[in-house]
Amino acid sequence: MMRTYAGHSTAKASNELYRGNLAKGQTGLSVAFDLPTQTGYDPDDELARGEVGKVGVPVVHRGDMATLMDGIPLGEMNTSMTINATAAWLLALYIVAAEEQGVPEEELQGTTQNDIIKEFLARGTYAFPPAPSMRLIADMIAYTVEHVPKWNPINICSYHLQEAGATPVQEIAYAMSNAIAVLDAARERVEEAHAGEEAAARELMGQVFGRISFFVNAGVRFVEEHAKLRAMGILWEELGRERYGVTDPKHLRFRYGVQVNSLGLTEAQPENNVQRIVLETLAVTLGRDARARAIQLPAWNEALGLPRPWDQQWSLRIQQVMAYETDLLEYPDIFEGSVVMDGLVAELLDGARAEMAVVAEHGGAVEAVPYMKGALVDSHRQRIHRIESGEQVVVGQNRFAETAVSPLTDDAEGGILVVDPAIEAEQIEAVRRWRSERDQGAVDAALSDLARAAAGEDDPARPQENLMIPTIAAARAGATTGEWARTLREVFGSYRAPTGVGEASGHETPDAELTELREEVSRLKERLGRRPKILVGKPGLDGHSNGAEQIAVRARDSGMDVVYEGIRLTPAQIAASALQEGVHVIGLSILSGSHRELIPAVIKALHEAGVTAPVVVGGIIPDQDVAALQQAGVAAVYTPKDFDITRIMHDIVELVGARANGRGSSTNGSPPGA
Amino acid sequence: MSASPGTGSTTGREPSGASSNDHSPDGAAIGRRLRERDLRAAPAALNLLESVAPGDREQSAALLREVSPAALGGEAPGHVIGVTGPPGAGKSTLLSALLHAWRGAAHAAGGQGRTVAMLAVDPSSRRSGGSLLGDRARIEFDPTDRGVFIRSTSAGERLGGLAWATRAAAHALAAAFDIVVIETVGVGQAETEVADVADTVAVVVQPGSGDVLQFLKSGIMEIPDVLVITKADLGQIATSSRRDVSAALRSLGLSSTRTVTVSSVPPPRGIEELIAAFDVHLASIDLGERRLRARRANALSDYIHEHGDRGLRALGGRSAAERLLAKQEPLLDTAALVTALEHSAADG
Repeated sequence: MMRTYAGHSTAKASNELYRGNLAKGQTGLSVAFDLPTQTGYDPDDELARGEVGKVGVPVVHRGDMATLMDGIPLGEMNTSMTINATAAWLLALYIVAAEEQGVPEEELQGTTQNDIIKEFLARGTYAFPPAPSMRLIADMIAYTVEHVPKWNPINICSYHLQEAGATPVQEIAYAMSNAIAVLDAARERVEEAHAGEEAAARELMGQVFGRISFFVNAGVRFVEEHAKLRAMGILWEELGRERYGVTDPKHLRFRYGVQVNSLGLTEAQPENNVQRIVLETLAVTLGRDARARAIQLPAWNEALGLPRPWDQQWSLRIQQVMAYETDLLEYPDIFEGSVVMDGLVAELLDGARAEMAVVAEHGGAVEAVPYMKGALVDSHRQRIHRIESGEQVVVGQNRFAETAVSPLTDDAEGGILVVDPAIEAEQIEAVRRWRSERDQGAVDAALSDLARAAAGEDDPARPQENLMIPTIAAARAGATTGEWARTLREVFGSYRAPTGVGEASGHETPDAELTELREEVSRLKERLGRRPKILVGKPGLDGHSNGAEQIAVRARDSGMDVVYEGIRLTPAQIAASALQEGVHVIGLSILSGSHRELIPAVIKALHEAGVTAPVVVGGIIPDQDVAALQQAGVAAVYTPKDFDITRIMHDIVELVGARANGRGSSTNGSPPGA
Repeated sequence: MSASPGTGSTTGREPSGASSNDHSPDGAAIGRRLRERDLRAAPAALNLLESVAPGDREQSAALLREVSPAALGGEAPGHVIGVTGPPGAGKSTLLSALLHAWRGAAHAAGGQGRTVAMLAVDPSSRRSGGSLLGDRARIEFDPTDRGVFIRSTSAGERLGGLAWATRAAAHALAAAFDIVVIETVGVGQAETEVADVADTVAVVVQPGSGDVLQFLKSGIMEIPDVLVITKADLGQIATSSRRDVSAALRSLGLSSTRTVTVSSVPPPRGIEELIAAFDVHLASIDLGERRLRARRANALSDYIHEHGDRGLRALGGRSAAERLLAKQEPLLDTAALVTALEHSAADG
């Protein structure tokens, strides 16, 4: 199946995009939701600012879902939704939209990503604490197995783990551990439902197991990556047979979709990403025994900003050339009997089993989230260090960096799509209109029913209600995404995931550059009178925290005090932290494209709080936006081109030092105002 | 964002034009603002107290003089509460719930709520000297609420002790805030040090942590004023833990230690009871006596830190030093007591 991950601006605009892609030969839909929808906030929520319609489509209520799927026959479509914390809600809206088209829920086909553990570990769009999040997933599995049998309720994602720096062994081990946590939760439901009927319970467990699919990553080391997928297939079958007593070969098959690696795509000489994408696609297609069921490819310019329709077409054409022009799909498994491939697989299996044992010792994937997060941050730190030192070659970035001017990125917008900022205001207006026109009494009743079902957990005498039922009722009644999520937040409590930076080990033996940096920091400390203190902040809903984490770890390793509070902060929170903590410099990281709105908002909040510390910004910031940010008061802007973090640290130390001149320490007293 | 002329590099600094000493901020002015309960002076106070630059140290002393018992005409009004416990015991969630109750309860009733300063001491320093201070993220509060001040600090270079700045900050902030919380991590040593600063020491443990019982019985752990058992939502385990701890305390003849079981996950339970336990403890002690003892202990430890064993010998040993301190005016602050010891050593 061929898809491109798409959606932006509004339900109406995305609907047109989908219809266009289907006309070009795409065979399924892959819906990208915007961050407020993914994290359960309405467009008019303070946290949604700057994010509405940015990385995907806003879907706020059943009306939006109906518009999004208008003219697309849901009984025939296979729809993949990249949705996790709010997956139950979006599936409910989809079921209601189908209802309105006259399509019964049992005919619906598709996938909700619904993998919350990787949200805590890597992607950041969680909404509720771990335990109730797992309950929602188990409820969805129980509901879909019975009522929407062709639906894949969960897609265990190792994709994002690799994006967060996972090695192949970590990717396999954490994905499998994650699957175990989900399946164990589902097994409890199955056993509750079929107490005393062992055969029926085993049959149902087989079906549940068979509905679990994976979403994996493939990096440019495509031979090893192919071995990784073979290893996952072996482990999956083993897990099914041994832990869950599954016997039907159909249920035991390792089914996976793939999006190839984005982490390895470079901002420098972005045209090189095309050949990277092609090679990565080979990893998941070469051997038939471990071939992907569905492939989606990133666009060549992802490291620059949002891809345009033409960029996505190019990615689709890559797949079509491979499928229809080459002989790739004509042979049986071409690695059968390969000693080298089998050896590689065995090596990965050994490593993965050992790491799975460590996760099990921590009490399973849910309990091991802090451990796994720390391990991922540490792997990523090592990866960056290899690139910085030149040990790992990235063509066009740390080697062969000279280039002619690219005609591809030469247009006014720099070769990316820019979402019209007016869309946010329109969406805010639209949701307020929706609320004023619906039957408020029905919504209130549906939401209080949801709250009651969610809170029922405290009463052990009553069997737990499946939350899908009141969720679908609330969708039908016209509740909004934000209302659904707020109702559950009030019952479940809110949650902040571990940042992993405290657990990540530092440079045990500092190299020459780090030693020099430490000396600089130590000299700065003498001048300031106290240790240089940096606030690393992630404003908005963007959960991509790799960059912020690595900056935080390196700042600590260079001897600074680092205040890092994780993702999803409002400008007011950042300003309060900066003021109260007395930091010397503030680093902000944004990758979702909302820097144009959020950075000035943070700077304004800092100004109002009386904070004068300089602000630096890192993220996917197109060249043409840099001047505007500097105009707003940003001291420096860093993009993926600036891969050398030690160099960034040097800059920051210098910046703080230059500001300190005005203050003058006892040893170096320049007059005030100099 | 360009710094206006004469503005310091750090946040919340006083304009250096207002300072009297080598561009250091004006410590006395900041101290006076705290004395007048101007909560907005807190960031500048901490920036100054944490600085070891010689000019700043003088200004720190000036700040502390302004909030000393002598200047206040008595003890600082704020209740200093030490909260300590092992990692994972649920301190941060507990502090969120406490903060909410302190700020909110009275507020809802039309009152102002109690103002709260929290000093989160992070033990995560590395060999590089750098540290990651992430604790404040776990404490939820309204960022626009000026009645809340949270500051994280690394444990500092002074091995096995609260950083000097943390102690000084607790004293200074108690002049301005109703409640000052010092949060530290650990069981064993940690609460001893907190006890030298706090009026009330609470140890936080989670159900089933038997080692706490062992520590209590063996005397490794100082007896806390309040023992908090978290995660009451775990039900039976929490209840039996409370029973075990209460029994252990009774067997040691320590019935004065209150034990409170709380749940910080919604709906929070036991929080009001815990706040009442803090208030009851404060009312039950002779505050002046406890703080005086703490100031003298702190002064001696600061003196030894500065001048070592040789300095102690110059005073004629620890007992002689303690006698000397006992003769000083009771309302002198710690710094003044250290100065008194130094003068005596120089004279001797």
